Amino acid sequence: MNAPIFALAPVLPEIIVSLGALGLILLGALRGETAAWLVAELAVAILGVAIIVVLRHPDTTGADFSGSFIDDAFGRYMKVLSLIGALVALLLSLDFTAREKFASFEYPILILLSTIGMMLMASANDLIALYMGLELSSLALYVIAAIKRDDVKSSEAGLKYFVLGALSSGMLLYGASLIYGFSGTVSFNGIAHAIHGQVSIGVIFGLVFMMAGMAFKISAVPFHMWTPDVYEGAPTPVTAFFASAPKMAAVAMMVRILSTAFPGIVTQWQQIVGFLAILSMLLGAFAAIGQTNIKRLMAYSSIGHMGFALVGLAAGTQIGVQGVLIYMTIYLLMTLGTFAAIISMRRNGQMVETIADLAGLSKTNGKMAFFLAMMMFSLAGIPPLAGFFGKFYVIGAAMEAHLYTLSTIAVLASVVSAFYYLRIVKIMYLDDSVGAFDKPYWVVDWALVLSGIFVLAFWVYPSPIIIGAMAAAKSLF
Amino acid sequence: MNIVTGFFYLFSTVLIASAVMVISARNPVHSVLFLILAFVNAAGLFLLLGAEFLAMILVIVYVGAVAVLFLFVVMMLDVDFAELKQGFLQYLPVGALIGIAVLVELVFVLGTWFQAPGELITRASAVKPGVSNTQALGQVLYTQYVYFFEISGLILLTAMIGAIVLTLRHKVGVKRQDIAQQVARTKETAMEVKKVPSRVGV
Repeated sequence: MNAPIFALAPVLPEIIVSLGALGLILLGALRGETAAWLVAELAVAILGVAIIVVLRHPDTTGADFSGSFIDDAFGRYMKVLSLIGALVALLLSLDFTAREKFASFEYPILILLSTIGMMLMASANDLIALYMGLELSSLALYVIAAIKRDDVKSSEAGLKYFVLGALSSGMLLYGASLIYGFSGTVSFNGIAHAIHGQVSIGVIFGLVFMMAGMAFKISAVPFHMWTPDVYEGAPTPVTAFFASAPKMAAVAMMVRILSTAFPGIVTQWQQIVGFLAILSMLLGAFAAIGQTNIKRLMAYSSIGHMGFALVGLAAGTQIGVQGVLIYMTIYLLMTLGTFAAIISMRRNGQMVETIADLAGLSKTNGKMAFFLAMMMFSLAGIPPLAGFFGKFYVIGAAMEAHLYTLSTIAVLASVVSAFYYLRIVKIMYLDDSVGAFDKPYWVVDWALVLSGIFVLAFWVYPSPIIIGAMAAAKSLF
Repeated sequence: MNIVTGFFYLFSTVLIASAVMVISARNPVHSVLFLILAFVNAAGLFLLLGAEFLAMILVIVYVGAVAVLFLFVVMMLDVDFAELKQGFLQYLPVGALIGIAVLVELVFVLGTWFQAPGELITRASAVKPGVSNTQALGQVLYTQYVYFFEISGLILLTAMIGAIVLTLRHKVGVKRQDIAQQVARTKETAMEVKKVPSRVGV
C-alpha cells in the first residue's frame, strides 16, 4: 500500500526543501520580522538535511513523473554543490543582513525557493521541467538581487538582472520550441532518438538559441553584460550566492542537455561551446585587469572561470564532463572562501569594497591575508593548490579530444589572469597598511578558514571528489 | 438555419462590432467596456465549439481580471487619450502593414483548411467520448503533469513573495483597526466606574 509514497523517493530532497520553505513562510508570517534570524537558521538546517538526504541516497538511477525528473549520480552531485553554495551563502549573510538593516524573513525563504529551482534544473530530463526549474530559480534571484530596496545600486542590479534574464529566458524558450517542433518531443532521450543520424538546420538553430539562454545563466561571453553590474550592486552575501549556487545548476543543466539530448551532433555544439569558452576566458582575463572594485573583479573572474569549465564540456567526452564537475566543485569552494573574505572587509562599521582597502592586510590581520592569498593563488591556478587541479582536469580532457587551440588559449588566458590575482596578494603583503578591518563574525571567519584549508590540502586527499565526479559523469554516458 | 448557426452569427456580429467600437470609441472607459463585451462574445463562440473550459477561463481571466485591471488603469491614471490619438495618421502605414501581414497569415490558415482538412484534425489530441474537456484537462493536469503543476505553484508563490518583499512598506503612525484587539477588550479596560458624590460632580 505504500508504493505511491515510495515512488516519490527520488524527489525526497526537493520535497524536504519545499515543505521546509512553506513551513518557514508560515513561521515568518506568524512571528513577523523578529523571526528573521530564526528563519535563517532553520533554512540553513533544512538545506543541511537536504544535503545529508542527497548524500545518503543509494547509488541508483531513478526517474519520476513520466521521465520528466531523473535522479542519477550526476544530478545528485550537482545538487549537493548547489545546496552547499546556498547553505554557505546563507550562513555568510546571517550577521550581514542584520548589520546592513535589510534582515527580513523572506530573504532565506527566497534562497530556499531558488535552491529548489536549482535542484529541479539539475534533475530536469525534459524541456518543460528544465524551463520551469530555471524560472523558479531565476525569479527568486531577481528578487534577492534587489532585496536591499532602499539602496539604488541594489534596485538597479535587480532590475537589470530581471530585464536581461527575461530576455534570455525568451531566447531559451524560442530555442526549445524550435527543438520541440523539429524533433516532436520534449524529453531529452526522445530528442536524442529523433535527431540521431540526420540533423536538420532547425534543430541546430534551436540549439543555438537554447545555448544563448543557458550561456546567459552561467554568464559566458557574449551574454555576460549583466554580471559585473549585478555583482557590484547586490549586497555582498547575495553576490556570494549568485557566484556559487546558480552557476552550479546552470552548468548542470547545460551539461545534461548537451550530453543526453544532443549526443548525435557533438561536432555542432562543440563549436558553440568552444567559442563561448574562448571568449569568456579572454574577457575574464583582460577585463578584470583594470578593475578597482573587488566585487567587479570577482565578476570578471567568474566569467573567466566559466570559460574554463566550458573547455571541459567542449571535449564532449566522459572525461570532459568529469573535469567540468571537478572544476565546478573547486570553483564553488574558492568562490565561497573569497566572498567570506570580502564580507569581512568592514572598516569602522562600513563595508569597503575597493581593492586598495586591502593594502597592508598582512600586518593588521595576518590570518585573513594568508587565506585570501591562498584563494588568489588557487584562483590563478598555481600548483599545488586546488585551482590548479581544476584547470588540469579540464585542459587535460580538451587535449585528449584533440582541441589543441582551445587548450593553448586556456593556458594563455590563465597566465594573463594570474596578473590580477597576484596583484591582490602584492597589495596585501607589500603595500602600506590603510587601517585594520573590524573583527568579522565568527561564521564568516570559519568559512574562509575551512575553504582555505580545502584549497591548501586538496592535493593530499583528492579522491572523494574525483571518484564522485567520475561516477557522476559516468551516469550521463 | 438551426439555432446554433443563429447564435454563431449573433456572437460573431456583436464581437466584430464591439471590436470596432474598442478602437473607435472616444471615451476610453467605453473602449474598455466594449472590450469586455468582445471577450464575453468570444467566450460564447468557444461554448458553441464545445470548448466550455476555454470559455469559462476567458470570462474569468480576461473579463474578471485583465479587463477590470484595464478599467482601473484608465480610470485611475491621468492618461491624455486625445494626445495619444494624435499620431493616428502618422502610424497608419505601419499599422496597415501589420494588418496586411495578419490577413495573409489568415489566408494561409484558411488555405490549409480547404486544401488538407485531415491535417488539422490530427493535430488535436483525441478526446474520449463522454468526457467533458474540463474533466479531460483535469485528468492529465493532476496525473501526468502533476510535477509541472506543483512547480508552477512554487513559481507563483515566489512571484507573490517577491512582489510583497519589494513593494510593501509599513507606514508608521497610521491608525489601523485591529479587530482582535477590539474584541479582546474587557469590561475592566473599556469601562471606568467612578463613584460620583452627590452634588459635587466628577
